Amino acid sequence: MTARDASAAALPPAGLPGLDPSWSRLVDVPGSGADAGVTRTWHVLDTLGELERLGAPVAGTILAVHGNPTWSYLWRSLLAASVAVAAAGQPAWRVVAVDQLEMGFSERTPVRRTLPQRVADLAGLTDALALEGPVVTLGHDWGGVVSLGWAVDHPERLVGVALLNTAIHHPEGVPIPAPLRLASARGVLAASTVATTAFLDTTLSLASPKLPRDVQDAYRAPYRSAARRHGIGQFVADIPASSADESRPELDRIAEGVAQLDAPALMLWGPADPIFSDRYLDDLVDRLPHADVHRFEGAGHLVAEDRPYAPAILEWLGPAPAAPARRAGAEGAASRRTDEAFSPLWANLDARATDDGVAVIDMAARGGSTRRVSWRQLHDRVLDLAAGLHELGVRRGDRVSLLVSPGPTLTAVIYACLRIGAVVVVADAGLGVKGLTRAVRGAWPDVIIGERLGLTAARALGWPGVRISAERLPRAAKAALGVSHSLGQVATLGAAMRSRGYAAPPEPSADDDAAILFTSGSTGPAKGVVYRHGQLSALRDVLARHLGITPETGLVTGFAPFALLGPALGTRSATPDMDVSAPRTLTATAVAAAVRESDARIVFLSPAAVRNVVETADALGPDERAALARVHTVLSAGAPIGEPLLASIAAVMPNATPHTPYGMTECLLVTDVTLDGTRAAASAPDAGVCVGAPIGDNRVLVSALDADGRATGEPSAEPGVLGEIVVSAPHLKDHYDRLWLTDRAATRDTEQLDAADGRRWHRTGDLGHLDAEGRVWVEGRTQHVIVTADGPVAPVGPEQDAESVDGVRRAGVVGVGPHGLRQAVAVVETIPSAAKPGLADPELAAAVRERSRVPLAAVLAVPQLPTDIRHNSKIDRSRLSAWAERVLAGERTGAP
Amino acid sequence: MTVLVTGASGFLGRAVAAQLVAEGHDVRTLQRRPSGVPGVTDALGSVTDAAAVERAVDGVDAVVHLAAKVSLAGEASEFRAINVAGTRSLLDAAERAGVRRFVFVSSPSVAHAGAALAGVGAEPASPERARGLYARTKAEAELLALARDSEAMRVVAVRPHIVWGPGDTQLIERVVDRARQGRLPLLNGGTALIDSTYVDNAASGIAAALRRAEHAHGRAFVLTNGEPRPVGDLLAGICLAAGVRPPRWSVPAGLGRAAGAAVEALWSIRPGADEPPMTRFLAEQLSTAHWFDQRETREALDWAPAVSIDEGLRRLAQHYRAR
Repeated sequence: MTARDASAAALPPAGLPGLDPSWSRLVDVPGSGADAGVTRTWHVLDTLGELERLGAPVAGTILAVHGNPTWSYLWRSLLAASVAVAAAGQPAWRVVAVDQLEMGFSERTPVRRTLPQRVADLAGLTDALALEGPVVTLGHDWGGVVSLGWAVDHPERLVGVALLNTAIHHPEGVPIPAPLRLASARGVLAASTVATTAFLDTTLSLASPKLPRDVQDAYRAPYRSAARRHGIGQFVADIPASSADESRPELDRIAEGVAQLDAPALMLWGPADPIFSDRYLDDLVDRLPHADVHRFEGAGHLVAEDRPYAPAILEWLGPAPAAPARRAGAEGAASRRTDEAFSPLWANLDARATDDGVAVIDMAARGGSTRRVSWRQLHDRVLDLAAGLHELGVRRGDRVSLLVSPGPTLTAVIYACLRIGAVVVVADAGLGVKGLTRAVRGAWPDVIIGERLGLTAARALGWPGVRISAERLPRAAKAALGVSHSLGQVATLGAAMRSRGYAAPPEPSADDDAAILFTSGSTGPAKGVVYRHGQLSALRDVLARHLGITPETGLVTGFAPFALLGPALGTRSATPDMDVSAPRTLTATAVAAAVRESDARIVFLSPAAVRNVVETADALGPDERAALARVHTVLSAGAPIGEPLLASIAAVMPNATPHTPYGMTECLLVTDVTLDGTRAAASAPDAGVCVGAPIGDNRVLVSALDADGRATGEPSAEPGVLGEIVVSAPHLKDHYDRLWLTDRAATRDTEQLDAADGRRWHRTGDLGHLDAEGRVWVEGRTQHVIVTADGPVAPVGPEQDAESVDGVRRAGVVGVGPHGLRQAVAVVETIPSAAKPGLADPELAAAVRERSRVPLAAVLAVPQLPTDIRHNSKIDRSRLSAWAERVLAGERTGAP
Repeated sequence: MTVLVTGASGFLGRAVAAQLVAEGHDVRTLQRRPSGVPGVTDALGSVTDAAAVERAVDGVDAVVHLAAKVSLAGEASEFRAINVAGTRSLLDAAERAGVRRFVFVSSPSVAHAGAALAGVGAEPASPERARGLYARTKAEAELLALARDSEAMRVVAVRPHIVWGPGDTQLIERVVDRARQGRLPLLNGGTALIDSTYVDNAASGIAAALRRAEHAHGRAFVLTNGEPRPVGDLLAGICLAAGVRPPRWSVPAGLGRAAGAAVEALWSIRPGADEPPMTRFLAEQLSTAHWFDQRETREALDWAPAVSIDEGLRRLAQHYRAR
């Protein structure tokens, strides 16, 4: 083989996994720029021939550009998916996936290709292919930049841009990612990228899970010799890190052009990428705020290998020939109902700006003292902080992560952020450091406000954002933690600004993003839930109406999320003396003290707190009992609690009506039931936990399970039908943050429901049914449905059956065996406890079987059922099911 | 219909013959000992005797073939002669005699090695994979039988799994005997989920295969109660029905298998008429999950078990009380 041959374009060898040889073609393209007057030959993958052969109408073209050091092979699953659509007789998108010059199986040339040359090269190729619109560009890695260059230069043909891990801008002063910094260092560059396959090997090793050997070989196929790898070195050498670099002006031109694009955009991201981290995603989102974004938690740089990106792209494109809809505002803007009479969350705070009465009481202030803040003080503090944060550059839409314990400080900061339109990011410390890191990195805050512990974690784990400390720190600690200001300094700055007559920024509107709350993470990685201002105000209003909260009622909040709503509700709120991160430590005495101090009529608790308050009630003295007797409403929020516990708390607060609402991070209040309601439901034959009827304007429907156990039924109010609970409420979340696919799944088949009303719906992932009186019964989670040969079975009903047997303390019912043929199995905690896991006693097993509404293949007894860390009461059915599967296969196992 | 039942002196064969009589068929039998089933015409003889087989199939419309050597130990040549050659000679004779339907009663063990099975269907028989002489020769015979399926003679294979009930000397009596002697351990706590078949259900299922041969021919079906239970529960149920203490002690399955292998080796040095107390096969059977997808069986045979496991255990208890 001559040197000439080695540099010519060629077809890939046969037999590369997943690659259909019929897609490959060579295209001669007249060169431009440095190539003017020369013809270059490209290798491209193109499905046009296949679509024509299948007689499928062509919806448009996806122009896919690989990065460095991959080749068009990266896009093989998209080509296959598109051909599959055509084979099914549907109009399909043609996919043109190029091998850039010097790369893949395209020609090797003597020209040194910089970014402007590559953008021109691609335009030459599309001209040679006579590629008319509509075109959707798709790029990965540096191919993202080149594809966006094409997009910016061809707006008339462009109908969408899609990106996988890439970057369009690199801020001055921030070091480029370490792996590239290393690779582009003089000397290392030539060695790592060209002379050896190190750069190629490193890139391929980023796949998670690991790439099969034959797929790795396919990626290496065009880069077998140093001569064939010189393009890899060129790419790395061309990385425009600083303004002095040759390609920087072109990069800046594209970056500015992208910000002007109004075409729909999709970003599919693998956050575990040492090169294109969330920093670059955040930059792209700033430039394309209307983009649909999905972060595949756990995926990395080669997200196209790690996750099913091809179906995601085709779903985003929608049924051909319609191109993805152009959207004016941000995600989900189309179907929002705007509340004409929007009253912001701080309206009550403003109304009482000159009130010297007590607004917030903190019984857990440092030094064991009680801290009281008046309405006037709180209002002032909020305005000072708002002015200070604004002066420091915090702007509307900026994200502020709050790692501050609930209390007056957190309350003031939240209202300050909201007033200036900053979006507060709130993740519960209960997520643990790992979960918290994932949450903070995912939300990519601009500012972190934290206590020492949170800031230490932020520093140690490289969390993003400017850091502000909640308390005053010694100079050394401040420097060590990378803290720029303390909140005290921010407030002082703000006060100075206000005294100088500073003009406050305009207040946000109902449709602006207000907060991102993280889910508990008990069902997979924690998800960020985005609320708009209108939705937070709606939550305040539904709570006030439902519980009759007025300025006189007062509020004791042993449940952090609601503590923050006190000022919004316009009533004084008291936090009892407790460790907020451990609600189970709240005592009856502490609650009584807070009730006396605030003269509150309403008490909010968490289920764990309720349990401890009941258990410590013996310590109450006569005065404390008298105070608690004045409470008229006690509410346990977080997870529904049963009749015995509700009755016990009623005994501690004898004149109070106990409530236990049902909700989730995505919709904090859906239904509510009182102790009396719970007792009335006890005589009903229904399976599950009765959580009462929808509150206010809320609605609840059920999407029936099909025989395969999937919630495919059209959501309906028909009683007695088992399915996924689907909810609608004015205070329902707006969307998930950067989880476009999750969003799609959570709103699947709900667009038509009461569309005229402008209602928004959410699939809860909870299983249950409605009864004839409109009450909701929860029967587990959709992923815990047991699909037997006789149809789907929800776990909670059979668990209640088992728990009604004498000698059973608690039961978990799970399935074993293949999907569609599962056998229901009861795993029970017994009284007295079993010494070790195994078959239940024959008599007990017989009794449990006898009582069960579903046939049980086995009854196993364990010393303790596994529960999830966050909600000690929730049985971890996934883990239990995996354990039961092993045990009943005959394996020797330990405890579940 | 005139139906020949082979092996009608066995526990399941008797039940099948009785079931067919109850359904109004004219039933003949072939085995070495009298069947003891009222209403049938016994012919005494072995399936290894070509002349006896020739006589037995003369004038019958259908054959249900149960005769087999089923023990856990013995000479390979004997297993082959009865299970393989016997089946071949019966098939040959049946074809010659113009028999229209042939039900081959087989075993799920023809398709599986020792691994745990959960919700699987009837895989093709595999003499290479099957464990032990019984399963291997039955696998070979099932393949032979299904290969003869034709327009003229419809062949169906039915594989009942662990058949039990009153009067069973194979499983129930051994379990009860060993439990009575305190020699019945549970392997790994007896938690392996296994399917079993109450004898009346096995009989009605086999009769259904005969009835539905036109629809179900050429295929093999696993037949069970469709109520998998932990082996420990089933053994405890049997023991309680028989009035003996259920097993309480557990040994690791690995140990059980090793013991089984050792005993097998010993028995091969000192062959005898009696059965080894434990074999590797039995240890595997009692320590790994074996349960099956019954949807296809029930649909194809248009059949469902009439007697639940709990009802079967009640009948077993009655049987023991009456003794």
